[in-house]
Order: sequence, then structure tokens, then C-alpha cells
Amino acid sequence: MTKLIVDGREVDVPAEYTLLQACEAGGAEIPRFCFHERLSIAGNCRMCLIEVKGNPKPQASCAMAVRDLRPGPHGEPPVLNTKTPMVKKAREGVMEFLLINHPLDCPICDQGGECDLQDQAMAYGVDSSRFHENKRAVEDKYLGPLVKTSMNRCIHCTRCVRFITEVAGVADLGAIGRGENMEITTYLEHAMRSELQGNVVDLCPVGALTAKPWAMQYRPWEFTKTKSIDVMDGVGSAIRVDSRGREVMRILPRINDDVNEEWISDKTRHVVDGLRQQRLDKPYLRGADGKLRAVSWREAFAAIKVRMEGTRPERIGAIAGELATVEEMFALKLFMEQWGSSNIDVREDNSPLHSRFGRASYLFNATIAGIEAADAILLVGVNPRRDGAVLNARIRKRWRMGNLRIGLIGKRADLTYPYEHLGAGGQSLASLMAGEGEFASALRAAKKPLLILGRGALTSEGGLAQLALAAKAAKAFALVREGWNGFSVLSATASLVGALDIGFVPGEGAMSARAMAREGALDCLYLLGADAVDVAPGAFVIYQGTHGDRGAHRADVILPGAAYTEKSGTYVNTEGRVQMGDRAVFPPGDARDDWAILRGLSGALGKPLPFDSLSELRKLLYGQYPHLAGIDAIAPQDGTGAIEALSQLEVAGSDAPYAASDADYYLSNAIARASRVMAQCSELAHDQASIAAE
Amino acid sequence: MSVRRLAPEAVQPKEFTFTAENADWTKGQIAKYPPGRQASAVIPLLWKAQEQVGGWTPRRAIEEVAAMLGLPYIRVLEIATFYTMFNLAPVGRYHVQLCGTVPCHVCGALELKKICEERIGQQGEVTADGKFSWLEVECLGACCNAPMVQINYDYYEDLDPTNFGKLLDDLAAGRPVKTGSQTGRMCSEPLGGATTLADPSLYDGSRVGGWKTRFEETGQKEKEETGEQQPVKSSGEGGPAVPGSRNEVHIAQPASPKGLGVAPAGSPAGNAASPDEAVGTSKKPGNKSPRKR
Repeated sequence: MTKLIVDGREVDVPAEYTLLQACEAGGAEIPRFCFHERLSIAGNCRMCLIEVKGNPKPQASCAMAVRDLRPGPHGEPPVLNTKTPMVKKAREGVMEFLLINHPLDCPICDQGGECDLQDQAMAYGVDSSRFHENKRAVEDKYLGPLVKTSMNRCIHCTRCVRFITEVAGVADLGAIGRGENMEITTYLEHAMRSELQGNVVDLCPVGALTAKPWAMQYRPWEFTKTKSIDVMDGVGSAIRVDSRGREVMRILPRINDDVNEEWISDKTRHVVDGLRQQRLDKPYLRGADGKLRAVSWREAFAAIKVRMEGTRPERIGAIAGELATVEEMFALKLFMEQWGSSNIDVREDNSPLHSRFGRASYLFNATIAGIEAADAILLVGVNPRRDGAVLNARIRKRWRMGNLRIGLIGKRADLTYPYEHLGAGGQSLASLMAGEGEFASALRAAKKPLLILGRGALTSEGGLAQLALAAKAAKAFALVREGWNGFSVLSATASLVGALDIGFVPGEGAMSARAMAREGALDCLYLLGADAVDVAPGAFVIYQGTHGDRGAHRADVILPGAAYTEKSGTYVNTEGRVQMGDRAVFPPGDARDDWAILRGLSGALGKPLPFDSLSELRKLLYGQYPHLAGIDAIAPQDGTGAIEALSQLEVAGSDAPYAASDADYYLSNAIARASRVMAQCSELAHDQASIAAE
Repeated sequence: MSVRRLAPEAVQPKEFTFTAENADWTKGQIAKYPPGRQASAVIPLLWKAQEQVGGWTPRRAIEEVAAMLGLPYIRVLEIATFYTMFNLAPVGRYHVQLCGTVPCHVCGALELKKICEERIGQQGEVTADGKFSWLEVECLGACCNAPMVQINYDYYEDLDPTNFGKLLDDLAAGRPVKTGSQTGRMCSEPLGGATTLADPSLYDGSRVGGWKTRFEETGQKEKEETGEQQPVKSSGEGGPAVPGSRNEVHIAQPASPKGLGVAPAGSPAGNAASPDEAVGTSKKPGNKSPRKR
């Protein structure tokens, strides 16, 4: 720690801090454009100038470290001034230069109201210009369907270039030309290829990069801002839902250093228009002619009553989809218990994860922030770039720190960091355990080895055997040790961990999701937003969900529910972190909260569920599963027990290569499939893949 | 300087690969850098590619260099557009870079510019015969001999409309041309010859380096008197540390003789030998002064 005097106040900061951070620690506010805590330091905007005593010129505070300061002649601590006239004049000069070429188009600029340049010009700008030449004009660039450019506004901070190169790891953006003629672009203006590219819009301190799908649709001060949790993958990124009236207008990341830092994936951000398209806003009933027609809630419930009464319990089943909250799955579980059925399942993808092996058997035990501590990572049948883009950025961050070996078993993919490909399937994992190869010894020597098991391994043939094998590997490499549990399962969907926590999986002798979908397996099947299973003809299907998607097409009765932005609900992310999202807007039309639909239906069927409000439901839930009451926390796990339980399984495995991860990343759930923007991204990704294949 | 873009697709070659000879050369360049730092060879490689293509850098060359160094295309494009020495569009056999910065401007670069426009055409255009193209550039650092142009790798200085026109004629006709000053002046000495240090006695050893003559004479005398060599005296009694003659300065000197820690004659360091070396010399009476070679 180093003592400094900032504006007359003494502060004690670590020597590796920049002067900018030191000044902030001292309570001073430093304007900046190019500096960003999570990116490398460029030092090119010059807005953060401060006065360092003994230094004849103003100093760019972001580009100098505290350890480079010298004490005074008698050993006094270095003195920094941020409010002297010299500093103000210097910053005003910088601002004047920045504004020379910046267009005066704030009234038509999407960044207006949340623009760093606008805000800082209020403090350091002058009211008139002394520049009488022509302003620079720059051609706008095409950067893909998500980022709109307005390059006249660019102030060359290069935050976008640094983000795409360092964090996203897809070096698409660059600055061509130089000086006044410097331009930010991709190589010959191809579309950006990163799944984190939307973040450059947040990073852009001016309106040069704005979100294309939302262009010219809002002013930021019109919004109601709601804190929520993303459901597009199992990571559970912290998001802020900005809504106006009854519409969600945009989704932005919130800072949560434990989960997503301050990034979100493009799917999380731009799925917004999918919340408006293809919505189910009325109950529907399939008539005798095979066509769905809109009915009232009462009629829909009556039709269900006719079909459910008299059905044997083992002929009834329920499948929960990937966007379901813990509360509604709990309500559905109680509902099924009332009917005497234990045919409940959340694992539409046929994964073998089950609550009976213990909670540590399906969690990302190392935690996402823990990735940064790992010193050897083995990826088993997982493409983290697809199944958790933000988590993949964390692995890349760790890789950039150096001294990390990464091995992959499964299908090769561009993960944005280099890895050693160790094989295609379970056989390779077995031989790795036998100690073959250099990577095995590296993994053995690692202090904090990390194994990430993904759905490529779990959903391929003999997934349970693969799970058991991974557990054996965990034992062989001693992944679970004092203060560290490196056995981590990456769940790709938002509902999975929560469902397993409440035991939303088939009980002893009951049917799994795949079995329930088979022809003649059930008489009556309840789908809670489950779109990934193909239900064979025969069964009477009740679909409760938000979008007219695959599940609704198969359904005999449709009950319109609320999407994740329209209800308060709990999600448990892949680490086991319990998080709660709030309602931003109301569901459309006659659609209702999902827990309320189940409560209403149970009442109509004459067996009312034991709660009348969400808080009563939560009380019941927390009574049975106390750890769910700990919002934003991860309950401690028994790692060793879970590994033991799994590794003692005796199942025959297959040596087939692991399945490839989800076919279409951008269209993985009902909301994304309804989104035009996601369709564009998907099309572009296909084009790029086919170009790359040539 | 203006916005720089790649040439239109119509003029871009379909393919680019280094010739076998150049490919060998690039290997040597890449090998100069430690493992993992091969990307540092990007500028030499681009430069070689430009040389091979005939003075400009096509898109395929950028991509080839990027592929060779494992860089994203945009990284190489950034470099090719940053440095104006990489021409992004085809240039003539003789690419004239005309300096238009202030010293050249006040000495008549405008007239040269007119000639370029008349003889070659607009900036960036190549003449129909493919021989010439021209570009106005910023200062090339030969202001003493303004106005000047750079044609391919050579400077042509002290230009005026007449000799510049003749230069272009000669180049077009394939006649040999003189590089450097076109008026025959030596380096960047004043117009009309040197005005200082003109006294011939400065160079005959009678004034500057007078010590040397005296030194030799004294040595000779002592030798004659004693019949054997005397310790060499320190050179401190001589004149200032100025090289003996003008010509000596320009002659490449061999490395200093073995056993003598004295720099070769003619170099200023030779006169500023450290005390140790002076002592060393005096202890070896059998050795002659290097100046007597």
C-alpha cells in the first residue's frame, strides 16, 4: 500500500493502482472516455488529466501507476490534485478538441441522455466553438445486425476494439488509417462474429455504436428499470429490463462480479423483440375439427377437467421447460403429487443429472468466479462458448492471465482460446485417467484443477455412464480437495438447477421426459413451457407457456403464461446461486402468472393447491427447501459425497464421440425463436459457417 | 493524407503468394523474433510483398501475410493503412513522391506539382504506359536540398522545372539518371560551394593536426640521436582533436591493430585515448604509433 495525498486528503492505495483509481479511492471524480476497468489501458482520450505535484505538465491519470510516483524532497507522500484550475483548463482543452469533430446531432442520437461525452461536456465543455473549418466526415460501417454505426461521432477511444480483441476473443474490430482519418471497422466490413458483440454498444462512450434493433425507438429517461435475471442460458446473468408502458424495450447488463462481471451475451440482450412476437394471449382449445380456437379460462379448465378426471395417476405426466421458474415448477410438482403421479421431469434433453446423487453432482461447483483461480481446465463434451458465452469469457480471462492449460474432450470448436484436443469421446477421458499423455500429468500437478462437464457428454448415448466416468476422473485427479471443488457441470438451461433442487425429476419407477413423450406412454401430459420434446400423438397435451412454438402446436389446450420479464420468479444458476428476477411488465391479454394458473386449475379440478399468493407459495417452498431462501447465495455442498455416489454407479458406457452442442445457438428457446433479430443472427452465423467450411 | 482504402476489387489480383526466393527471405525475418512474437515481422513481410507486386499492396497480400503470421486480417489491414509507405492501389514503374511541405513549397514544389499534373496526371493515377504515378507527400527530410522528390527508393534533390522535366524524360526513356542533387552540389553544402572552412591550410596539416607533423619530426630526430626508439610522448601537446585531413574521415578504417587499445587513425576517438591506453603504449617502445602505418 502506498500513501498519497489526493486533493488534500490522505489515501492509502495498492501500488498497482493507476492514478485514476487512486483518485477515485480518494473520492475525486475523474472524467474518462477510453479508460475501462476491465479492459487494457490505452491512454488516448486524455480526458483524465490531473496535476501531479512536481510534474510541470498535466498527467493522464489512467496511464500512470501509483508505483511510478516519487515522494517529495523530504519523503512526503506524492500529491495529486484533481480540482485545480490547471486541471480544469487542461480538461477543457481536451474536450474542445474532442468536440471539434463531433457532430452536434444529440437531438437525433440514440445515446442522448446516457452519453459520456454529453455528460462530461456539461462539466468541461464550452458553449461555443472556435473551430471554423469543416468537420471531419466518416463513412458509416456495416458491423452486422446488432450494432449500428454512426462514425462521425466516434472519438477514437478504441474501447470497442479492445473489448472484442481481449474479452470476446474474436479480433474482428480494428482501427484503420491514422490520426484524424482513423476509422473503426471490421476487415472489409464483414459482420462481427462474436456472441458478446452487443457489449460494445454499452462500452461506446458516445453514440458511434448503438444497438441496431432498437434504433430510434426510445429515450433512456422514458424507461422503468427493473432488476432481473437472464434465462437464456444457465449462467443467470444479472440484467436490467428497461420497459416503457407495457413493452419491454431493451435489456442491459447489471454488474455482478460473481457471475457476468458486466457483460451479457447477444441472445440475452437482443431477444427482446421475441417477447412481443408469437405471444399466447388467450387460452386455446383444440376442437373436434383439429383446429385451435380461443376460449375463456373457464372453458379451458373445464376441458382439462373432463380429460383428467378418471385418468390413472401413472398415465399423467408433466414436463417443465427451460425457462420455468422454481416457483411454478414447485407448484406443478405439488399439483402432480395431488394427482398421485411422480412422472415429472425437467430434462428435456435426456441428460442423466438427478437430485438423488446430491446437489454437488449437478452444480458448477468451482463457481464462475472460481474459474479465475483454476490452473488447469479440462472441458468434457462442452462448448462453453455456446452454452454459457459469458462463462466462456471468464475462461478466456483466466487464459489471458497465463499459466493455464486447457484440454478439450469432445467436438472441436473455436472457443476463442487455444486448447489441447484430447479426444472425441468417453474413451479419451478414460485413457486420460489412466495417466496417458502430458495433459494428465499437468492436471495431476495442478493446485486447482477444474473439470467442466457439459451437455455434449451428458446428452449423448449413455449419458449416465459419462457422468459416472467424469466422477471417476474427478476422483482420479482429486478435483475435490480442501477449499476447492473442481468438478463442475455446466447446465445450459436456466430451469435445470432449480428443478433438480426441488426434485422435479421422475421418482422411483416413474417416467423420464423422453419416456413420457413416447406414443401410448401417457393419457395426459402437462407441458410447462416445454418445447424441446416431441410429443407423440395420442396423449392429451396441456401446454402452459408464452409463445406459439413447438409445444403449443402439439397442444390440445393452451394456457397462456408469463414470460420471464413478466413475473417475479426465482432461478438457480449453474453454480447453484439462487437469484430472483422481478416483474418489469404485465403479461399480454389474458395471460397470467404461471403459479396462478396452476393454482386456478387445481381449484377448478376440485383439489386446490395450498397457497393463494406468491408469498404463501414461497413460504411453502422455503419450508421444504430452505437454501432457496438465500437469495444471491450459494449453499455449501458436500462435494465428496456426490462424487462417491456418482463414481459407484455401474453402468455400461459407450465410446461414441460426444454429441455436438446445440445445433443453433441463436434459436435455442421459444422466445429466441420468435425473435426476428435472433433469426438474422442465426442466418448470418450459418452463412459464416458455410464460408468458413469452404 | 486522406482516408485510405484498399483498391477496388477490379484491379485486385486474384491470388498472391511469395516467390520461392522471397518466401525464404520471409522465413529469415520471422526467425528474428522470439517464439510467440512472430507477428513483429509484419512490416518487413508487407514491404517485401509490396516490392514483389510492383510497388503496391493488394488485398491478397495482406491476407497472405496475416495467414503466415497467424494474425487476424484486420490487424494487418490496420498496419497497411496506417503507414503511407504501403501503397494500397497500383503505382507506376516510377512512383514519384513529391514533397509538398513548407521548405519544398517555398522553394518551388508547386511548379513541380504542375509538371506532375501535366506529365503524369492526377495524384494516384498511373500513366497509360504504366511508367509513372505520383503522390504529394509530407516532409521526406531533405529540406536543405528542397525541392525534392523520391522516386522508388531514391531521392532526387535541388529540382527545378527544367531538370525535373529532364529527369522524368530520362526515366521514361530508360536513360541512366543521377540520384541525389541534380545541380551537382555536394550533400547539403551551401549553394555555390562551401563558404566556411575553405582555407586550404586547414587541410594540409600545417594548422589543424600540426602536432602530427611535429610528432613525427621529433620522433625521427630522437631516433637519429639515440639510435633507438624513445617512449612515445603523450599526444596532449598537439592541436585540438580534429581529424588530420578531410579525406581520411571518409576512408573506411580497419580494426585497430592487435595489442594496441587505440582507435584507428582519423577517428576522433583516436586522439582521445584514455590514460591507460597512453601508458600501455608507452610501455611498448617496440611498437610504432598507429599513425605511422
